[in-house]
Amino acid sequence: MPNKPLPSPRPTSKAGALLRQAPRLTVLLLVAPVAAGLFGTIAPVLRDHAAPMQAVLTWQGLPVAVMLSVKTGVLSTLGALVITLLVVASLGDGRAFRLIQHLLAPLLAVPHAAAALGLAFLIAPSGWLARLVSPWATGWQHPPDLLVLNDPGGWALTLGLMAKEVPFLLLMTLAALPQTDARRRVLQAQSLGAGRVAGFVVGVLPTLYAQLRLPIYAVLAYAMTVVDMAFILGPTLPPTLSAQIVIWMNDPSLSGRDLAAAGATLQVALVLTAIVIWRLAEAVASRLLTRAAWAGLRAPLADRMARPIGLALGFGFAGLLFSGLAGLGLWSVAGLWQFPDATPETLSLTTWRRAGPDLVASTGLTLAIAAVATLAALALVLACLEAEQRFSLSPGANGLFILYLPLIIPQIAFLPGLQSLSLRLGVEGSWWAVAAAHLVFVLPYVFLSLAAPYRSLDPRFRLAAQSLGARPLRLFVTVILPLLLRPILTAMAVGLAVSIGQYLPTLLIGGGRVETLTTEAVALSSGANRRLIGAYGLAQTLLPAAGFALAIALPAIVFRHRRGMEART
Amino acid sequence: MNRRHFLVAGALAATALTALPPSALLAQSPDWQTVLAEAKGQTVYWHAWGGDPKINDFIAWVGDQAQDRYGVALTHVKLASTADAVARVLAEKEAGITTGGAVDLIWINGENFAAMKAQGLLQGPFAESLPNWNLVDVAGKPAVVTDFTLPTEGFESPWAMAQLVFEYDSARLPTPPQSLEALQQWIIANPGRFTYPQPPDYLGTTFLKQLAYGTLADPAVLQKPVDDASYAQTVAPMWAWLDAVTPHLWRAGKAYPQNEPALGQLLADSEIDIGFAFNPGRASAEIAAGTLPDTMRTFTLAGGTIGNASFVAIPFNAAHSAGARVIANLLLDPQVQARAQDPGVLGFQTVLNVAALPAEDRARFEALDLGIATLPPEAMGPALLEPHASWMIRIGQDWVERYGVAQ
Repeated sequence: MPNKPLPSPRPTSKAGALLRQAPRLTVLLLVAPVAAGLFGTIAPVLRDHAAPMQAVLTWQGLPVAVMLSVKTGVLSTLGALVITLLVVASLGDGRAFRLIQHLLAPLLAVPHAAAALGLAFLIAPSGWLARLVSPWATGWQHPPDLLVLNDPGGWALTLGLMAKEVPFLLLMTLAALPQTDARRRVLQAQSLGAGRVAGFVVGVLPTLYAQLRLPIYAVLAYAMTVVDMAFILGPTLPPTLSAQIVIWMNDPSLSGRDLAAAGATLQVALVLTAIVIWRLAEAVASRLLTRAAWAGLRAPLADRMARPIGLALGFGFAGLLFSGLAGLGLWSVAGLWQFPDATPETLSLTTWRRAGPDLVASTGLTLAIAAVATLAALALVLACLEAEQRFSLSPGANGLFILYLPLIIPQIAFLPGLQSLSLRLGVEGSWWAVAAAHLVFVLPYVFLSLAAPYRSLDPRFRLAAQSLGARPLRLFVTVILPLLLRPILTAMAVGLAVSIGQYLPTLLIGGGRVETLTTEAVALSSGANRRLIGAYGLAQTLLPAAGFALAIALPAIVFRHRRGMEART
Repeated sequence: MNRRHFLVAGALAATALTALPPSALLAQSPDWQTVLAEAKGQTVYWHAWGGDPKINDFIAWVGDQAQDRYGVALTHVKLASTADAVARVLAEKEAGITTGGAVDLIWINGENFAAMKAQGLLQGPFAESLPNWNLVDVAGKPAVVTDFTLPTEGFESPWAMAQLVFEYDSARLPTPPQSLEALQQWIIANPGRFTYPQPPDYLGTTFLKQLAYGTLADPAVLQKPVDDASYAQTVAPMWAWLDAVTPHLWRAGKAYPQNEPALGQLLADSEIDIGFAFNPGRASAEIAAGTLPDTMRTFTLAGGTIGNASFVAIPFNAAHSAGARVIANLLLDPQVQARAQDPGVLGFQTVLNVAALPAEDRARFEALDLGIATLPPEAMGPALLEPHASWMIRIGQDWVERYGVAQ
């Protein structure tokens, strides 16, 4: 037979060919801005025999600043991971666990700066906790001179970071858990005489951790490079490396900008090193775990300890965030509120009345940008996942790493470079350019929230629809999308929240002309005005929280007669 | 202009001179009319620090005035730091954007101005051709034409005067220490009740400059660039003063507030007993807003405190340069200046020569109740000129080396 090509088993349509390219397009969208921005940042550092880098390396505060970044980043990530696992391992799926699940949405929605300011007002010597017990219990007529905030050890910052990281890791864990067959594995371990916790650690954790690895790296990178929280809670003599970079950037003599670029380059190296060391520690931990499993780890006592500790820590951190936010809320309606009064002397709506018009105006624009970025991200992610299913593509570890690229490379290291690129292209200063920049950060989160439920969808639905003659598009629209309504809405809520919280991309790509809730809130928080920060912090929380509430409420209505059909996140 | 027109204009000018103040005359000049015509319909993007709701409200009010009077729209781009706007213009210059830039007007002074001027990032001179320039008190307030000893040469236009004043709650502290020696003794006797914003924050550095004025053998050297050879010996008394108080500062000098608002919050929270601000009207304004108790008072130090001016400047590539000049001129309008000085609004000191204003405008200032915590002008004491910018840089760096890496 002449070498006539065999007909392909499933002829691919034009749309199908386009779909097949979706993963490549997505990768390009993530890699190109990061690479271009990084290049723009690093290139000036290498000028003049790397003079800026030498200046940074000889700065006498560098060792301490680096140590602080590593210490607060690693400890908070480790702490948040342990608490998350404790909660998941010890609470099973009882009532307490479901309550924590419900608290998750608002906790995720609290912006970092608002969380930090709320926490600061709570634990400062002149804070709410001290006011509640003064002077009747403490005798304090004025606040004691205690170094609680901005402590040189960075403990207040570590605490604040943990409070924000636990909800995120918990969300990621809940998304990954269904694929670990956790309940049966724990049951099996228990039937062999192991305690719940030991069963979880030996039976579930290895599979679970493999899925959590990249989110953990993202958390680690974020914690090591955070700026707003570091300024509010962290030490200042010297501050963390990331905060020092911003101080250099703000140096009026303009020469500080080269130092900032050199510092950012160092920061990237530091984060990558920390991730490598973390990876090595994983290997050690994995060895130890295997040895413990072989030794027959049962630890029934651990259950009795783990449950109360998990409960206390889980609800403790939720309590911290909520009371901090409540404190800020109270400040937003406070008139005069002096120490040691537990509540304001006078209440007034002045703050809200003043902020009202700006709040309304910036809320509209914030939502529009978030909606565009999220819908674009959702379309790309769905296209990638559908392409993966239809063409049996397998996403490699590289693909996943690329997904995390914008989360692992510190924003401050590539955004200034991206800004000058967009200036040269003449595309900045408009709201859609800002939305495009947000897409880079929204896309990974949408993908992470949606990938697991999409991949774990029972393949028999697909087969059944195909055997009834459904074409791929119809299958996707009438079967897959409705089944995945809840995870899709959750992914959208996460995407909205991420977009709403973006500061640097909005400021740098928007040229100051695109004013969102967050750019307004950060500009205002430079004035440390608790009343206004209270108002903006609440608004910033309520907007994404409304998204999460919709993501919970809509499926409940849609699926009220079809409980069994719903794919859970 | 032909001869006949010239005569008409001259006759008009002659009659106008008797009836109108010089600013009003200039406002009718053909040059300025051209600027106004060009500005009409423009939207001016004013990049200004957005951390104080009172200032934000004031800028919004100025925007309303600009719209009503000249048809110019004003958008306040709220910044967390002035350096953001400077960086923005620099990034545009590096990207080759020489027209249509995003920044039309910047609230600026001191080092930021020096840096932008040196890099050729500013447009000018424009300030001295503004019609309202004649009202500015150049003789009485030399800081309006010298920014940190650098002559402004018309590249920025002043809009507010600031002077360092100390703030305290008279209910907690009946008699505050009013000299540097007394302050030093008071800090040592009352540990943990005083601090200053961490340099290189501008208010923290201003406090250091105030110390330099009060402790240096010959403060006149501050008006010249730093002399490397004698520097260490010259400033030794200043560091001695600080070394003596540092262990007795708030948090024993192991943490410092970040900026002026953070310092103000510490005073409001009773964490400290004496604060300070670069705005003599701040305490009264906060009392008026109901956020500080009405027992707050202010004082200055014997021998005077540092004073300077706030300016606006126009970047070299501003898209709406005419509109920006209209706003700069509007900011010098007596009605606008009087509003800024009202403690219920801002409490900023005016840059105008109030005594020389027409009666109607003078009355606007005389009608102001400066507020219970604001010192009357005669009690303010002399405003000391800002030292040469090189002092600020050098002292700031040294501070970081001495105290900034405490661990």
